[in-house]
Amino acid sequence: MFEVPSLSDLNVGATLPVTLLALGACVLLVVDLFIPRERKSITAWLTAIGIGVSLVFSLLSLSGAVEFGSGELAFSDMYRADRLTDTINVAALITALLGVMVAYDYLERTRLQRGEYYILLMFSAAGAMLMGAANDLVIVFIALELLSIPLYILSGFRRPQEASEESAMKYFLLGAFASGFLIYGIALIYGATGTTNLPEVWDAVAGVVAEDSAAKFLVMIGAGLVLAGLGFKVAAVPFHMWTPDVYQGAPTPVVAYMSVAAKIGGFAALVRVFGMGLSTFVLESGAPAAWQDTIWLVAVLTMLLGNVVAIVQSDLKRLLAYSTIAHAGYILIAVAAAGTAGLEDTAAQAVVIYLIAYAFTNAGAFAVITAMEKDDASNTSLDALRGLASRCPWLAAAMAVFMLSLTGIPLTAGFVGKWFVFKVALQADLVAAAVVGVLTSAVSAYYYLRVVWMMYFEEGEGDAATPPALAWAIGVAAVGTLVLGALPYLLSDMAREITLAFGG
Amino acid sequence: MENFYNLVPLIVIIPAIGLLINLFAGKYLGEKGVGIVAVGASTGAFLVSVLLWIALVDTGFEAAVVNMPLLDGWIRIPSAGVEIPWQFRVDTLSVTMMLVVTGVGTLIHLYAVGYMHGDERFPRFFVYMNLFLVFMLTLVSGNNFLMMFVGWEGVGLCSYLLIGFWFDKPGGEGWRNSDAARKAFIVNRVGDFGLVLGVLITFWTFGTLDYYRPHEEPLHVAAHGAEESAPVFAPDVPEAEAVEHAPSGPLGVFNQAHLWLEEGGHRVDFGLFSMSFEATLTVITLLFLLGATGKSAQIPLFVWLPDAMAGPTPVSALIHAATMVTAGVYMMVRSNVFFHASDTTSFVVTLIGATTALMAGFIAMGQWDIKKVLAYSTVSQLGFMVAAVGVGAYAAAMFHLVTHAFFKALLFLGSGSVIHGVEHGHHHVAHAHGDEHHAEPFDPQDIRNMGGLRHRMPVTYWTYLIGMLALAGVIPFAGFWSKDEILLDTLKLGTEQGRLDGYVGFVLLLVAAVFTAFYMTRQVALVFWGAPRTEAAAHASESSPTMTVPLVILAVLSVIGGFMNIPDGFPVLGSLFGVHELTSWLEHSVVYAHAGSFNFLLATAAVLLALAAIYAGRLVYNDRVLRTLRLDPLEADPRTSRAFALANAKLYWDEFYFKYIVYPFRDAAHWLADRLDWAFWHDFVHNEVIYGTFQRATRVLTEPVDRGLIDRAFNAIGEAIRAAAARLRTIQTGYVRTYALSVLFGALLVMFIILLPVIRELLGM
Repeated sequence: MFEVPSLSDLNVGATLPVTLLALGACVLLVVDLFIPRERKSITAWLTAIGIGVSLVFSLLSLSGAVEFGSGELAFSDMYRADRLTDTINVAALITALLGVMVAYDYLERTRLQRGEYYILLMFSAAGAMLMGAANDLVIVFIALELLSIPLYILSGFRRPQEASEESAMKYFLLGAFASGFLIYGIALIYGATGTTNLPEVWDAVAGVVAEDSAAKFLVMIGAGLVLAGLGFKVAAVPFHMWTPDVYQGAPTPVVAYMSVAAKIGGFAALVRVFGMGLSTFVLESGAPAAWQDTIWLVAVLTMLLGNVVAIVQSDLKRLLAYSTIAHAGYILIAVAAAGTAGLEDTAAQAVVIYLIAYAFTNAGAFAVITAMEKDDASNTSLDALRGLASRCPWLAAAMAVFMLSLTGIPLTAGFVGKWFVFKVALQADLVAAAVVGVLTSAVSAYYYLRVVWMMYFEEGEGDAATPPALAWAIGVAAVGTLVLGALPYLLSDMAREITLAFGG
Repeated sequence: MENFYNLVPLIVIIPAIGLLINLFAGKYLGEKGVGIVAVGASTGAFLVSVLLWIALVDTGFEAAVVNMPLLDGWIRIPSAGVEIPWQFRVDTLSVTMMLVVTGVGTLIHLYAVGYMHGDERFPRFFVYMNLFLVFMLTLVSGNNFLMMFVGWEGVGLCSYLLIGFWFDKPGGEGWRNSDAARKAFIVNRVGDFGLVLGVLITFWTFGTLDYYRPHEEPLHVAAHGAEESAPVFAPDVPEAEAVEHAPSGPLGVFNQAHLWLEEGGHRVDFGLFSMSFEATLTVITLLFLLGATGKSAQIPLFVWLPDAMAGPTPVSALIHAATMVTAGVYMMVRSNVFFHASDTTSFVVTLIGATTALMAGFIAMGQWDIKKVLAYSTVSQLGFMVAAVGVGAYAAAMFHLVTHAFFKALLFLGSGSVIHGVEHGHHHVAHAHGDEHHAEPFDPQDIRNMGGLRHRMPVTYWTYLIGMLALAGVIPFAGFWSKDEILLDTLKLGTEQGRLDGYVGFVLLLVAAVFTAFYMTRQVALVFWGAPRTEAAAHASESSPTMTVPLVILAVLSVIGGFMNIPDGFPVLGSLFGVHELTSWLEHSVVYAHAGSFNFLLATAAVLLALAAIYAGRLVYNDRVLRTLRLDPLEADPRTSRAFALANAKLYWDEFYFKYIVYPFRDAAHWLADRLDWAFWHDFVHNEVIYGTFQRATRVLTEPVDRGLIDRAFNAIGEAIRAAAARLRTIQTGYVRTYALSVLFGALLVMFIILLPVIRELLGM
């Protein structure tokens, strides 16, 4: 029954960006053994080079200048190399690069400098990329695990420290629990449709609904379980509770990376599964997909809870943890919009635009916290910000830029992301969700601007150390935030050609 | 020779080049270089004038219109039909003015090189002087009213700059100088306002500002001018032919006016109302007259000219005696077609001119400042010219303008020489006696500080004496001929046409002529005769040749200048120099110029009156009086002391203006600024009404509305959110089992929501 495909049929060329990264990580695993402990900067550099090469390949593919492989599908229709894949690749790789830059000095000063850190980071980036490229529910699951397991380890990377270990443990237990929901959901969908291949699911779901058989309940429950599993990854309410604890306990550079990478992977998978595979799951003709209401309700809950609870936080890492929850809510609006027929592409574009904008902003914000954090993981409270502007004017300015971008002030990348998300929400008639989004954005201004206020208008001893790599990371993130905000067409041009529609 | 016409732009360009050189290179050239450039530029302009004169004579006085290179499309608004080219008009009138301006101007430039020697702003002075020539020549050479206006304003500017040239003199004198400059400028604004209104109405009426279009001849009246004398001017073409000859296109203003007047009944439409053409001309000419009273220092705007003597003496001679102040007379003569048409205006012009002549002559008798006397004398003589325009004696007005330029320039330059000499003497004395003399105020212009200068300054004395005789109107000096012609023409207006203004004007002018002879005698006696009354005068010295040579030349001109217009019927001289030379020359461009005749009785009477006044003056200011001059003899005598006091106080004109115009104006301005603008507009309307209302409204919005309602509502919302957050926070226990449970319940919730439609369907809801 199974036929072993020949190498040429695999169309490996189309998967080059992710394949190179994964292969690089494997090779580095061996090479790292021969690099002495005090020269791990070599590993960091090699990692950066590996990510950079993959990024170049992704950008080449995105620009259309070079076409890798033959056709979009690879590995027996498991892998899809389209515009969404390219843009998710770019976002994930930029995040990974920033993650390496933010981590290097931190690892050095906390004596955690080990090659595994970088290798794990590469593997998890490959996982995020694969989630965007998934053309099969099985790949979605495998990629999720590839993304998650290194993150569990990285969370506990500061091993002797209790907080770090606790966060790793919590993350692993809950992550495994959530993975169970995901795989169960996948199983139910397979049961109803007889396939895990997304285009085939797309085809079969229409038939399932038309027959009005009991199978549609299976699809519904399956969709709900998949949503729960992926919702956990992106920290959507009510699957969010791990987030503040894990983010607070994990080493800050890890949070800088994983808060973005997990979202990239999770939302890429949500777009693939719901926007592509289940977009035909329409109970009455002309109505939006059956899962749309659920997703936007989740989005509303997420935005409300994330923003409201963030107000009372006194620790910067926790505050930003709730902030990431809130932002998951905004992106979920766009995912919900994909349920309206004809808006799948636009919604996917909005998601990608938001993710890229968010990658620069959020990674930058956590990088600033990394700079502030003392070796004993203290000094991350809001009070530590007092007077930072007078001591580290550039750092404070960058932080202000990130905060304004997270608020969604025009001329920052955050505004561009919100603009496209709310626009597609209105196009999909999700007015309530859009209104809640705008209102909670206004609420969020309270705690984001309080950060700026603390830095600029309060007297205090706020201080930070910015070694070169970290400074570069913060600088790149800040400039990226401003440039993408000032030139919004950079993002919209990049995302414009994303299409989910196929077959039709 | 006709080609000489094309040289006319040079008359403006040459002084312009001169001023540019001195402006940019003046400080490197040194006094000598600057002087050569400035005098050279003036001389060049004079040579051009002479060439133009030759060209006119050669072509039979045919006028020409020449375009300025590059500026022939000066102002052009095709959509509105406005086209005003920068055109020069070469005709006998403009060339007369050019010759006077450049001729006298050159002599004064030369004189000024000596006079301004050692001044720290020597180059700048000559930049201004050449700039003045540029504008004055623009004024007289233009072929339209707008060019005249440009020149008119330009000379006003130069006048302002040169009156206040010594604005930085110490001891308050600088302030007086700049005050005088501002006074001149501001008073002239009133007149300029009249002129510009007149020009605008002219444009509205005729649709053009050109005097005459190119190749258009002035149309002469059939019943030409003075029937009493043989018409000197024989038209080249019969009258009928002339009309035929009229260009088919639009005409210049003067010929158009001529035709409309001949036709009669033409009306000018002003939109809201229309006026007969004759009435319009009256309005225009009255406005022109207002302009002339400003520039030519007539009642009521003459008050600036005496103060203008604050400028350096060459400026007084050139601008405020010989040339600029005659611009008003030139303008009226140029517009003689207009003025001739309006009896009303003529009447007003005559009375203003004659009254000014008498009034200024009276004031001149009571002045102590050597230049002030001459200034009032200038006002008086300008009054003669204006009165001449009023009685229609345009040629006589121009004649007096020319002769006056000679002898008044001579007198001013002479007075400058005297001042120079006395100052020199003062310095000599001060040097000899040490420093204490410096503390004493000494006015080198006060004639009480002079006396006996004829021995110390012989050249100045003799030339000054000639100037005085010419001004007093003693035969055969220049002033006699021109003044006599004006007097005769004025009288004839009364006797021949029965016009009241002729009689009144004649009497006023005759008395003014007597005054003239008297105050000039007084001045010469106080300055030159008797014995020196101060050390400074005793040690005065003759001026340098650059100053005395122009004096001699001007003295010669003052002697023979009158011979250019010997009246008809004068024995011997008429056959020697020709009769009416100037009048016949001017008739080619001044339509209503007419030659004066000679009345032996009147001439004799006038000369005898002048001689009598000189004799009387000598009696009053005899050597005994001059030796110990404490008070003026007229002041000391109770019969004349009141009159002298009046003259000395300048008839209180300035006080009158200050009391009834300047102060009320200032008070009104203060009232407008303090009461209306500040108290009412700023304090009340802005602060109280607008700002206050806004503030009160804001307060209402702030306190009860914003803080009370909106803020409280939002604070309540904020509190609620905080409370909710605090409560939600307690869910975050930190236990994995809690979290896992929440994930489970979350998944159940999600599935419930997703199944909700189906459940509803099943339950039949």
